[in-house]
Amino acid sequence: MNIVVCIKQVPDAQSVHFDTEKGTLVRGEAEAIINPFDLHALEAGIQMRDSYGGEVVVLTMGPPQAEDALREALGLGADRGILLSDRAFAGADTLATTYTLAKAIDRLGPVDLVLCGRQAIDGDTAQVGPGLATRLGIPCVTSVSTLEVLDDRKTMHLRRVCEEGYDLIEVEMPALLTVVASLNTPRLPSLKGKIRARKAEIPVWDAQELGAEPGRVGLVGSPTQVVSTSVPKFEARREMLEGSPEGQVEALVARLKEAGIL
Amino acid sequence: MTQVNYFLTEEQQMIVDLARQIAVEKIIPVRAELDREEKFPREIMRDLAQADLFGLYIPEEYGGLARGCFENCLAVEQLAYGCIAVTTTFAASALGGYPILLFGSDEQKARYLPDIASGRRLVAFGLTEANAGSDAARIQTTAVEDGDYWVINGTKQWITSGGEADIYTIIAMTDRKKGARGATAFILEKGDPGFGFGKKERKMGLMASSTRELLFNDCRIPKERILGRRGQGFILAMKTLDLARPGIGAIGVGLAQAALDEAVKYARQRIQFDQPIISFQAIQHMLADMATRIEASRALVYSIARTIDAGARDVAKLSAMAKVFATDTAMQVTTDAVQILGGYGYMKDYPVEKMMRDAKVLQIYEGTNQIMRNIIGKALNKEYAKK
Repeated sequence: MNIVVCIKQVPDAQSVHFDTEKGTLVRGEAEAIINPFDLHALEAGIQMRDSYGGEVVVLTMGPPQAEDALREALGLGADRGILLSDRAFAGADTLATTYTLAKAIDRLGPVDLVLCGRQAIDGDTAQVGPGLATRLGIPCVTSVSTLEVLDDRKTMHLRRVCEEGYDLIEVEMPALLTVVASLNTPRLPSLKGKIRARKAEIPVWDAQELGAEPGRVGLVGSPTQVVSTSVPKFEARREMLEGSPEGQVEALVARLKEAGIL
Repeated sequence: MTQVNYFLTEEQQMIVDLARQIAVEKIIPVRAELDREEKFPREIMRDLAQADLFGLYIPEEYGGLARGCFENCLAVEQLAYGCIAVTTTFAASALGGYPILLFGSDEQKARYLPDIASGRRLVAFGLTEANAGSDAARIQTTAVEDGDYWVINGTKQWITSGGEADIYTIIAMTDRKKGARGATAFILEKGDPGFGFGKKERKMGLMASSTRELLFNDCRIPKERILGRRGQGFILAMKTLDLARPGIGAIGVGLAQAALDEAVKYARQRIQFDQPIISFQAIQHMLADMATRIEASRALVYSIARTIDAGARDVAKLSAMAKVFATDTAMQVTTDAVQILGGYGYMKDYPVEKMMRDAKVLQIYEGTNQIMRNIIGKALNKEYAKK
């Protein structure tokens, strides 16, 4: 089974700060991690490979340091990692990103399964999975929470999480799935995997290598532009109510009515 | 603030990071529950197996990583930062595995080491008996030759991972008249006829580790299960313990570090007399001594483990030093951590209570700290006789 897992290197939400004046993330001081949802996609890919054979190829598009994310994925058990990196890729929106990823997957040859996290925790669009499936011309099931491969090794039974429950879906490979955290528990890296990952060669494919049309990648190929971003402001006020319990309750109810909560 | 530079290689740092990650993500969240319910940490053993840590000291041809005593120390120190009961279960497998690595025949190594390296099978080491603790020559378990078999009778006591492990390396008397030279080592497997387990001990600490008796009742095992030569049992036990003791020191370092971290964190946020208690010298001096002793223990354990890996022979004294100093430190530091946390420290809501209960065993198992001092003292006497 040929499995491709698409991952993204994102700033660690616990160490990232927001520059409220510039309206941007201060990425410099943030630790870079693999997008948490993508770890579940990778785990699913590794489990499938271990059960049915084949290989897991991990793809990421990003700056040269995104190689670290690929090495981490190799340490967890992926077979190969490929970095899609080119100055021309910078500033890509989801349209340009899916174009670039699709070019890379085409280049890898026939693929049975493409796995993505449901969304990245920095952009939060959840568009890359579905967009990529469209470009590859394969079915897409989003927010997969359980996955079962039938005996024909082609048909999958999936649960897709939705707002008020889940859908049961049958789909045939090749297909693209985006996964949620409840699908599995990502494994820990192994020492042998980490040692192998440290020595592994990670090919870098640029726009030329992919045969990508210059007008369709990066900022140039992105119709979406971020005009501004801001952090919502939370204002907390504190007031101590005094007096008898009954009096305090009345005062509290009055305040809540005033605030439009009751 | 600069930390001591122990000049770890990139790979050694990987071992540290991975073991620490397991401690933080897998051990710390469940340690209180494992302790309270005296639950064997089977799942964590699977995690450690998956991370390849069981194979650290085993040659590559048997599926291991061919690293040494030092790397083993680095791993157990970090795991002990999480819980030493879990770490003891992990380390016991190496204690039982070393005899096979050191004294096993090629057939025995090929048969057992791959499963030990992968963590598929856990190992236990059986030396202690009811009447043979520090005086190991008094063991009463016997092994008698009977055609193509050995017949073993007796009881081993306080065996870590007893009942949970699949492979057991044990010491039995084959020639009682010869005393210590009459002891021989054997490999037992769970399920061997006549091999059973006694009651699970109720202990002060180390709750997640299973401690049980091994019962041998006309237990018949094939002849080729003898480990090393007849009469080599004691040498085997001593060589094994020499290799394992720095690891116990490292467990002490990890445990003490965890207690110090809790104590400093608490002292910085506990307000009494309108200021955090860390502003009082009485507390500062305790913390300063704790931190200094821990760093000294770590430096000692690391340098002795590296000396062993460099191929030094006759390391009994050094390995006893690594064990005694670092485990006495762990006892002192965990006790002081409880003192700094005061009433809270004595409660089970905070982790230092368990740390102090657990620490005590480090001064007792794998040779009491009094025996460690005997070993060091005897070695000094011998060294100075030559001068």
